[in-house]
Amino acid sequence: MRPARVLLYGALALGLLATLAPFAWMLLGSVKPTGEIVANPSVWLPRSPTIGNFEQLLSKQNFALYFVNSTVVAVTCVLGNLLFSSMAGYAFAKLEFAGKKLLFGLVLTMLIIPGVTTFVPLFVLVSNMGLSNSYLGLILPFLVAPLGVFLMRQFIRDIPDSLLEAARLDGAGDARIFLRVIVPLCRPPLATLAILTFLGQWNNFLWPLVIAQTEDHYTLPVALALFSVGANGTNYGLLLAGAVTVVTPIVLLFLALQRQFIQGIANTGLK
Amino acid sequence: MTTLAPAKAVPTAGPPRTEPPRSRGRARRTLIAWAFCAPFIVLFGTFGVEPVFSSLSMSVTDITARDIRTPFSVDFVGLAHYTALFQDPTFLRAAVNTLYFVVVGIPLTMIIALTIAVALNSGIRRAKGLFRVGYFAPVVTSVVAVAVVWRYLYEPDGMINSVLAVAGIHGPDWLNDPNWAMPALILMAVWRHFGIPMVIFLAGLQSIPADLLEAARVDGATRWQAFRSITLPLLRPTTLVVAVLLSIGYLQFFEEPFVMTSGGPLGSTTSISYYAYEQFGFGNYGMASAASYVLVAAIALLSLLQFRIFRAKA
Repeated sequence: MRPARVLLYGALALGLLATLAPFAWMLLGSVKPTGEIVANPSVWLPRSPTIGNFEQLLSKQNFALYFVNSTVVAVTCVLGNLLFSSMAGYAFAKLEFAGKKLLFGLVLTMLIIPGVTTFVPLFVLVSNMGLSNSYLGLILPFLVAPLGVFLMRQFIRDIPDSLLEAARLDGAGDARIFLRVIVPLCRPPLATLAILTFLGQWNNFLWPLVIAQTEDHYTLPVALALFSVGANGTNYGLLLAGAVTVVTPIVLLFLALQRQFIQGIANTGLK
Repeated sequence: MTTLAPAKAVPTAGPPRTEPPRSRGRARRTLIAWAFCAPFIVLFGTFGVEPVFSSLSMSVTDITARDIRTPFSVDFVGLAHYTALFQDPTFLRAAVNTLYFVVVGIPLTMIIALTIAVALNSGIRRAKGLFRVGYFAPVVTSVVAVAVVWRYLYEPDGMINSVLAVAGIHGPDWLNDPNWAMPALILMAVWRHFGIPMVIFLAGLQSIPADLLEAARVDGATRWQAFRSITLPLLRPTTLVVAVLLSIGYLQFFEEPFVMTSGGPLGSTTSISYYAYEQFGFGNYGMASAASYVLVAAIALLSLLQFRIFRAKA
């Protein structure tokens, strides 16, 4: 290798090390007893590794339940977004109807409205519906998103009309065309949408924080956020184990589907 | 073999085949289309569009937490909240802090993202995938989880100061020093977000033809000259996309102060979003909504400005 190339690799490796250092610290710390974590000068490798922190998360804290809650909310939101966005995306892309331009304009405008703008009225609305501290209250506001419809519409628009016409000539109605022609062709944008929605919901914390009022409805980030400001705030080992529990599933999913993750986020610029 | 088929198909290709059923057919089509949109429209209308309008109307009323169940007892106050906002030193501080975060954070994120993207695109083969995945990893993590670690990294005797100490620098108490809390949050935000512009830049770089750069090199241009006069100009559309996305995201600066500093110390990391959330917490729904609309205006303005500037230069 030429020296310039060696230098380039060296710099990239150094940058990577710095980027991943917080993860390494998190993982190593989660298997240390708290005494070792706060030791000064700090040590990287655990001297007496233990899974005690994780055991405590499961036995004294209800992390298994929070894990289930997080999964239920995220998966339901993914399914809702996939189904409803592809249906609406099909209508916007391939059907002519009164009000289409206005509706789609609304979808585009909503793409840039910051979350904090809708936060207060959304909270008032969901409270008035009697849905605070319920799964429905956690899920309903995120069951559809303008981004999903936008993504699906852009992709479906590029599907040649001749395919739809051929199905129509064979006597297929719109429902059949949607299920048999459109959906099977839409795997790439559906994968992108599924990943973006899952990621957003898995990491979502502000909404569940105000909606979930009792422990049985906490999601993982809510539990961890409340946990770290509570009496356990100095129990670093436990906190780090909690952080590992929140981060590991999404990182594993990311490693398994890295291409789709990166492409999806690069294409939309959102997460 | 199909040269005749399209010509034959022409008469039946137009949507309305005969005159009378035309309007009935159109009504039917609209009905079907609306049926496809119905679940989306109902949910999007209820939980997306309606709150936008209702927060706009809240911003001109004296609604507070006590009025939730009696929406008709609130009074119209005009632009009082907006004038109050601009007389509130806490809000002005929040606006300045948000500007600080945006003005420093956006260029820093873009430079780091572009540097790594260029390095990854400079012909390396080995471990390219590993680097891309590794640099991107912070993007997928939960801010709450990451905050646990970063709070520890920023302790007076934490990892960052240990590294600085090696270089002979006595690091500050990052999160408790009004001068250093914001830089600390900026660094964390850059770490969490640079992966997104990095992959967008990578895609942009890959679309620049390699022979263009090679030709410049043959003509005696240095790497830096080729980068400045070929790569950068051709990357302008990508840069615009990145700049707009980052502006929209960074103007909403909220998560880092929420999980790391609670807007402190001494209000030095309170952003506009954080201010709005605090007002919501106090029950001042009208003020919270007004503050969030100032943010909407800022986002719209900045995006527009960037499109103007880039179009003028292009």
